Amino acid sequence: MTQSDSSNTDNLMTGGRSPLEKTLDNGFKWLTFAFALSIGLILISVAIIIAVGAFPAIKQFNFGFFTNSNWNPVTDEYGVIAVVYGTIVSSLIALIIAIPLGVGAAVFLSEDFIPDQIRTVLVFLVELLAAIPSVVYGLWGIFVLIPITTVFGTWLHGNFGWFPLFSSEPAGPGMLPAGIVLSIMVLPIIIAISRDSLASLPPDLRQASLGLGATRWETIFRVLIPAAISGIMGGVMLALGRAMGETMAATMIIGNSNRLSISILDPANTIASLIANQFAEASGLQISALMYAGLVLMLLTLIVNILAEYIVNQVKAKYE
Amino acid sequence: MVIIKSRLIKSFVFLTFALSLNACGNNQSREGVGKNGEPPSITVPFESNLTITGAGATFPAPLYQNWFVLLNRLVPRLQVNYQSVGSGAGIEQFTRNTVDFGASDVAMTDEQIKAVSRGVILLPVTAGSIVFAYNLQGVEGLKLSRETYVDIALGKITRWNDPKIVGDNPDLTLPDSAITFVHRSDGSGTTGVFTKHLADISEDWLKKVGQGTAVQWGPMGGRFLGGRGNEGVTAIIQQNQGSIGYVEYGFAKKNNIPMAILENKEGNFITPSEETGTNALANVELPENLRAFITDPPGENSYPIVTYTWILAYQKYDDPNKAIAMEAMIQYALTYGQDVASQLGYIPLPQNVIETVANVADQISPDFTITVN
Repeated sequence: MTQSDSSNTDNLMTGGRSPLEKTLDNGFKWLTFAFALSIGLILISVAIIIAVGAFPAIKQFNFGFFTNSNWNPVTDEYGVIAVVYGTIVSSLIALIIAIPLGVGAAVFLSEDFIPDQIRTVLVFLVELLAAIPSVVYGLWGIFVLIPITTVFGTWLHGNFGWFPLFSSEPAGPGMLPAGIVLSIMVLPIIIAISRDSLASLPPDLRQASLGLGATRWETIFRVLIPAAISGIMGGVMLALGRAMGETMAATMIIGNSNRLSISILDPANTIASLIANQFAEASGLQISALMYAGLVLMLLTLIVNILAEYIVNQVKAKYE
Repeated sequence: MVIIKSRLIKSFVFLTFALSLNACGNNQSREGVGKNGEPPSITVPFESNLTITGAGATFPAPLYQNWFVLLNRLVPRLQVNYQSVGSGAGIEQFTRNTVDFGASDVAMTDEQIKAVSRGVILLPVTAGSIVFAYNLQGVEGLKLSRETYVDIALGKITRWNDPKIVGDNPDLTLPDSAITFVHRSDGSGTTGVFTKHLADISEDWLKKVGQGTAVQWGPMGGRFLGGRGNEGVTAIIQQNQGSIGYVEYGFAKKNNIPMAILENKEGNFITPSEETGTNALANVELPENLRAFITDPPGENSYPIVTYTWILAYQKYDDPNKAIAMEAMIQYALTYGQDVASQLGYIPLPQNVIETVANVADQISPDFTITVN
């Protein structure tokens, strides 16, 4: 240990690094550059391939694709407004449930409320939640969640039926149960990332806040969470990406109806679920329209990410 | 110490698991034999191991996979792999020569056949009926006339006590509740056959919905739910009071879901069963190319919605052994395979159809003769 330290200092003093070491350093730099570049290349090539496949549909439907609510393979008439609505609303329901739960759990798990052993077990359980395959969530949704949401939905419709979101009788599968299952699926992502960013905050922050006479709650809500907000938002965005792209669980629970309906108690469909359902048996323009829908999903994800970046910057600016 | 113990337990658990697997295997191998326990024998002239692969329809996939496992037990040298990727994808892969055979619920069109340079033989090997399965507490033996079931699928009839349904079933008490129609959300041959039948019997359906492996549901309102695969539709029907949907007969039978009694072409109300399905097949003349689209079968006791499902073979195989293997597979399918078919809820082929198919399939290889008797 000491020896290697002293030899390092020797090297620094004389400025003499062996040529081999220099080449290795340089080589490593280029290697990591190639890795980083390849990620970008993969993304671009995927986007290009989808765009090329989608071209006939883009030419045919243009922007009408975004306003048409038909999806009719018989007459070759396609539009995505219904599935875009389904994708966004089911993901929003997921986030509305998952953010308070997830950030709350992350705060709890990063503070010293409970002994370490119990905390380790809880953290492990959260990670286990992420390891459950989506088809199992789907089955759980069908057999456990849907009967519950049907009862709850009937009550909602009975009492708040005047509100457009609850304006239909629940049909079993639908947007609401799909959103709830998605929220459980994205919870581990939000919890794990939020907990990591809360735990990695410098201890000085907490000490300073407590030293100024703030209570623990004030410290958590006014100092720790704002300081960790970029990490938390990062987790939320990853979660949103997962929710929008989720296929299996969504298709099992959402009801796969390509008709546009505002009510969250009605069956709906998401872009990912539509593609997964129809791609195998599609032909001709339908394949192209599905590719176009895939392109729209990529675009949605991009917009969401840009929005998130903007929000994070706003929050940061306020606290700096 | 603890570690050693848990390891011991693990290996013990594994051992019992392996043993029980083994036991299962032994049990199953007995099913490979045909009627009356006499072992069917198929001898192939080649010595080396041979694998042939196929891809296509999902509807007969459980049956095919069963067949090919049993066939492999009879002829260990012959291994058949089947991937259920869907009828459309099956035809696609078959046309591109990436598989040795294809499978489809919808027979290939003339154009599709022209695209295959090696020549195509269409072989119907099994058939199925599509039934209206429903979930309505206390209602059994629901009868639906032609007009009624078209209107339900259209979303024109939205409540169970609609005068039309009541008119078909004067003896039943029908609830005043909404109808949920359950359909396939994935593109499927089942939907293709179902919509073809409806388009054939109803102008209204043809104009408003049309036919295809995927269609736009609910052109006139009503409540529609999509399930993925036959199993998805079955699950949704079982879970939702007041729902009705179309599934393969085998799925409804296996899950004990009540099936509607449908009016056929002659105006008789027919209960779906193997027998009424076979009746329908027997009443349809198979053309020489074995391509019969049964949209509305005639016959007093014919169930109205039935379909053949085809294995797509090439006329020429470069490897003569592959041609022999194909014929061996077809022979198994047409003989012992038919018993397995009825066990799994598919419709066994009528004897005259079996003989016709055997004759046509025999031209694949000069070195093997298919015997079906």
